[in-house]
Amino acid sequence: MSGGFKDNGMRWGLGLTGRGAALLVVAAVALAVAPFVADRYLLSVLTTVLWFAYVGQAWNVMMGFSGLLSLGHALYVGLGAYVSAALFVHYGIGPWAGLVPAVLVAVAAGCIIGFLGFRFGVKGVHFALLTIAFAEVARVGFDHITWLGGSGGFFLPVEAGASDPLNLRGSPTLFYYVVLALVLGALALSRVLLHSRLGYQWLAVREEPDAAEASGVDLFHARMTAVAVSSALTALGGVFQAFYFNNLFPEQAFSMGRSIEIILPAIVGGIGTLVGPILGAFILTPLGEALTFVIETGGLDLPGLKQLFYGLALVVIVVFRPEGVWPWLARRLGLVRQPGEGA
Amino acid sequence: MPIDYYLNIAASGLLTGLVYGLAALGLSVIFGVVRVVNFAHGEMMVAGMYGAVLLGGYAGLDPLLAAPLVAAVLFGCGWLLQRGLVNRFVERPEHMQFILLLGIATILVNGMLMLFGPDARNVAVPYSFDTVEVGPLLLDAVRLRAGAAAIIVAAALFAFFRFSRTGTAIRACADNPLGARVVGLNIDGLYALTFGIGAGVVGIAGALMTLLVDARPQLAPEYTLLSFIIVIVGGLGSLPGALLGGVLIGVSEALAGFLLMPSLKSLFSYGVLIVVLLLRPQGLLGKRS
Repeated sequence: MSGGFKDNGMRWGLGLTGRGAALLVVAAVALAVAPFVADRYLLSVLTTVLWFAYVGQAWNVMMGFSGLLSLGHALYVGLGAYVSAALFVHYGIGPWAGLVPAVLVAVAAGCIIGFLGFRFGVKGVHFALLTIAFAEVARVGFDHITWLGGSGGFFLPVEAGASDPLNLRGSPTLFYYVVLALVLGALALSRVLLHSRLGYQWLAVREEPDAAEASGVDLFHARMTAVAVSSALTALGGVFQAFYFNNLFPEQAFSMGRSIEIILPAIVGGIGTLVGPILGAFILTPLGEALTFVIETGGLDLPGLKQLFYGLALVVIVVFRPEGVWPWLARRLGLVRQPGEGA
Repeated sequence: MPIDYYLNIAASGLLTGLVYGLAALGLSVIFGVVRVVNFAHGEMMVAGMYGAVLLGGYAGLDPLLAAPLVAAVLFGCGWLLQRGLVNRFVERPEHMQFILLLGIATILVNGMLMLFGPDARNVAVPYSFDTVEVGPLLLDAVRLRAGAAAIIVAAALFAFFRFSRTGTAIRACADNPLGARVVGLNIDGLYALTFGIGAGVVGIAGALMTLLVDARPQLAPEYTLLSFIIVIVGGLGSLPGALLGGVLIGVSEALAGFLLMPSLKSLFSYGVLIVVLLLRPQGLLGKRS
């Protein structure tokens, strides 16, 4: 897995120039005031964008920071969503309390996969397949849990006009600010982690596992923490998703297609970068939405068009900008300090 | 419950498993030589299914006769794909290759969804409800034909790699790419040929599969995973292993579908995959690298 990443200085921190910092502040202010100017549709698109940015950031902790390719991240989204929804529907436990067990269950699943994978030396494509296999087992398994609606779907009660932030029930604006907070929180956490002892271990393990181990890094511990952090963050995205959409289907929640949607933002924006997954989501989701919008106003109904476009985006990016859009854009626009330009 | 009953189910599972094995053979050939994992394998298989459905619907061709045509088209597509895109990725990090092929898989499956819709399509053959008595067993004619065709194609493939000059050259590439280059083999050409052969073989498997299952785009990711499972169970890169793995998965799926619930049968394959990955990652017939 090593050798795919260039050390060009900007990955270790944001490393922004004055212009880059100014742009970041403008973007943050624009996002903060968006609900006051955007209409309902635009706000829902922004919420989707931020959700994909967030799960992209979560996936990035495993692939981008630690070099562990997970193609089954839908598992953690689905577990987080189902656990929190089940607690709410069956026991009346709200999401703010329910997110704790939801995260714990997802982390437990991640640790089982990680433990099996790392202890038994499952590497490369075999590790990726192990992650897919567990997501698929969950998909087929949840289809048969009648307590959670089975394949017919699991639904959360919806009251029109309810405003109960303590149970995460309320207006689109509430959900928008929650997901915005998640994105900013994940950004801050990623920044702190990358500059911690653990973060440097992750990068060492990603680049040269053997050399890292020889210099005293506990490979197993470093990789397990990466899986734990990534699955915990992803599960929070699942909790949000359950209460935002109010319906869950195993065929969607745990599907391979969902796992691919999760890896898209980081790949398009830049694997292993802090800003990449956010930028990637802001590029892809609006384009996908616009495409669907144009086709639907044209009176056509083409299911699969948006996904086809996403597939095309994957191919184009990996062929022409394998390091992602953000590193390239940041260099071109002078948003980050170049290596050797002084700290 | 008489033992004949179980034997019957195992025999039909074995015949289905031969078709699975043929599909996995395509994946194994591509991985064994080009060292690229074809994440779009099931998508190519379903493309083969739709090829047979179209040829059956418009030209009235039996899937067994449509298979060579489908193979030719998919061979061309596979050849072009390797020449145009995958070849540049042979030396790139693994995850880049996976992402490229996942992108291609996404394009293929959604392209088919847009072209053919989500509904199941089938080919009508006159012998679809016939049964054949073989000793104590009572087998579906469609299954028997599909299984027999899969054996013939697999045998032809083994013969090609074993006895033909080109096949020998491809094996040389697989064993030692640098050495093959030194003795003057055109590696890029042979890689394209191999990818084409892999795609053609899975196309045939798809055409045969239309005798047993209706074509739906949603089958594609399932078949990709199924091919992976079979190849890993049999041993990545081992051709006899792929066929053996296919039969094992076919039989165990059939028995699991009968003893548990049909919808749970895939769970069984994933369970087998996880156990093999952990206990014998090189697969049943694979060599430890």
